[in-house]
Amino acid sequence: MPTEERETVAWPADGLVAVVKQDCPTCRLVEPVLAALPGLTVFTQDDPDFPEGVADRRDDTELTASLALEVETVPTLVRFAGGVEVARVVGWSRAQWAELTGVPDLGEGLPEYRPGCGSRTQDPDVAEELLVRTRGGALHSRRLEIAALEDEAEALFDRGFTDGLPVVPPTPARVLRMLEGTSRKPDEVVAVIPPNLVEATVEKVAINAVLAGCRPEYLPVVLAAVEAACTDEFNAHGLLATTWGAGPAIVVNGPVRAEVGMNWAGNALGQGNRANSTIGRALQLVIRNVGGGRPQEVDRAALGHPGKVGFCFAEDEEGSPFEPLAQSRGVPPGRSAVTVFAAEGPRGIVDQISRTPESLARSLALGLRGVCHPKLVRGFDATLVVCPEHARVFAEAGWDRGRLAAALDEALLLDRAEITRGAGGIDEGVPAGDSDRPVAKFRPGGLMIVHAGGGAGMFSAVIGGWAGGPGGSAPVTREVDPWR
Amino acid sequence: MAMTGTRSTGSLVILDPTDESTPDSRTALERPASLEGLRVGLLDISKPRGDVFLDRLAELLAERGVTVRRYAKPTFTKPMPPDLRREITTECDVVIEALAD
Repeated sequence: MPTEERETVAWPADGLVAVVKQDCPTCRLVEPVLAALPGLTVFTQDDPDFPEGVADRRDDTELTASLALEVETVPTLVRFAGGVEVARVVGWSRAQWAELTGVPDLGEGLPEYRPGCGSRTQDPDVAEELLVRTRGGALHSRRLEIAALEDEAEALFDRGFTDGLPVVPPTPARVLRMLEGTSRKPDEVVAVIPPNLVEATVEKVAINAVLAGCRPEYLPVVLAAVEAACTDEFNAHGLLATTWGAGPAIVVNGPVRAEVGMNWAGNALGQGNRANSTIGRALQLVIRNVGGGRPQEVDRAALGHPGKVGFCFAEDEEGSPFEPLAQSRGVPPGRSAVTVFAAEGPRGIVDQISRTPESLARSLALGLRGVCHPKLVRGFDATLVVCPEHARVFAEAGWDRGRLAAALDEALLLDRAEITRGAGGIDEGVPAGDSDRPVAKFRPGGLMIVHAGGGAGMFSAVIGGWAGGPGGSAPVTREVDPWR
Repeated sequence: MAMTGTRSTGSLVILDPTDESTPDSRTALERPASLEGLRVGLLDISKPRGDVFLDRLAELLAERGVTVRRYAKPTFTKPMPPDLRREITTECDVVIEALAD
């Protein structure tokens, strides 16, 4: 039990203090011993009339003294001298009790030794309340009351705290448990959240992580994602406010993926994994609730996409022919990191025929041409999720991430005649230029490659982005470990 | 167990997930143009003679074919209990409150 107990409790500065409960057979066993000890103060956790025959018997059903003494087992016998604890025994041991009390012939007829029982402070039915009592003072957010006749889920919808799906009520106890996922203090500022440019504390992020359904061990990933999303480079404000439908997505690398049970295998981009689903959702709820970014308000998306509820997945590093994404972006090996990037919904690319890396790269490049519009270039970034069966083709040929990226870039040099306005009978397109040199589909660094997916299916995926670079949004990578 | 629970009054306490820039209570809706088809509540805040005023209003509304539900705060000196607020919001579209003595 963590101890930040503020309630005051007093016991003699010099003498013996015992903590017991009637429900404990060992406590009942030592009842006559307690009655016979001179100058003893007994705190009783359950029945205030127990133990009999003790002159200074105190009601500790509020557990205040038990918490202050950090009692985990009853009976606990403590000796104080000059206001300081000098000795402690838990359970019953004739020899130890005799030594601590200085009374040699204690408990005649009793067995030599009996283990104690769990203190009431350890009971699950009071654990939540004790957590709030002992640590609740660290929380500074406004407390809101949901009336007894209100349905909790309905009340949270009514107050506008949700993305349209039910949320977990962020009670103080749940938020305190969430905060156990990080060593950071609740009042530390994580980032300034757009669009309202509000400072989000660790506590506010934890509250929204509770809403989203996260477990405490996900919190460092959420904190890193919030930090990454609220950078000038990522530009969460612009991504939110644009009429384009993309939203923030998160790809996770490193040991934390397995530690929190993320999915990078079958259905990696889909539903069904709690960590994937709730980490992405927590980031979006922070932007909604702390930043004030709501659809049809500052979120001006014409269409949006279902992944704006939350979009997060892990990279398959173990089965990948490529260096992990985070390492390719400067994170040291063995470290965990998040990379946030602007994302539409994923779109599959089928290629069940290509067995050479050259053919497959050209094939995937053709799928990437559709990002933004097949006749528009250099505006939008994109992410290519290479599935294991496609990655195998590159692995067998010895292609690394850089080699694939170069092949894609080459295949995505588009013939200006095909994409000029009016070409193909379509008005949309790039303006006619002086040069007839091929035009690159993506800006340098505008195409990110990730490896994920199930072992069967020659289906990779394109995730279209948004305006890339300094005028829009660039992917941002941040380490998770500093938030643990 | 004599401990005081977080739900001791049956309500649930949660922490505000927002930037707390808006008041906890929400703003009033637009006043309706007509009471036709609306569920009307009459709230007595328990100030003296509020009932006289509301009784007369109920009569006048009945003449127009509007039936009302009656509510009363336990005391005018304290905010309305959340449960009563919830009851009124679920049962009424509009509420008329008798404020003065």
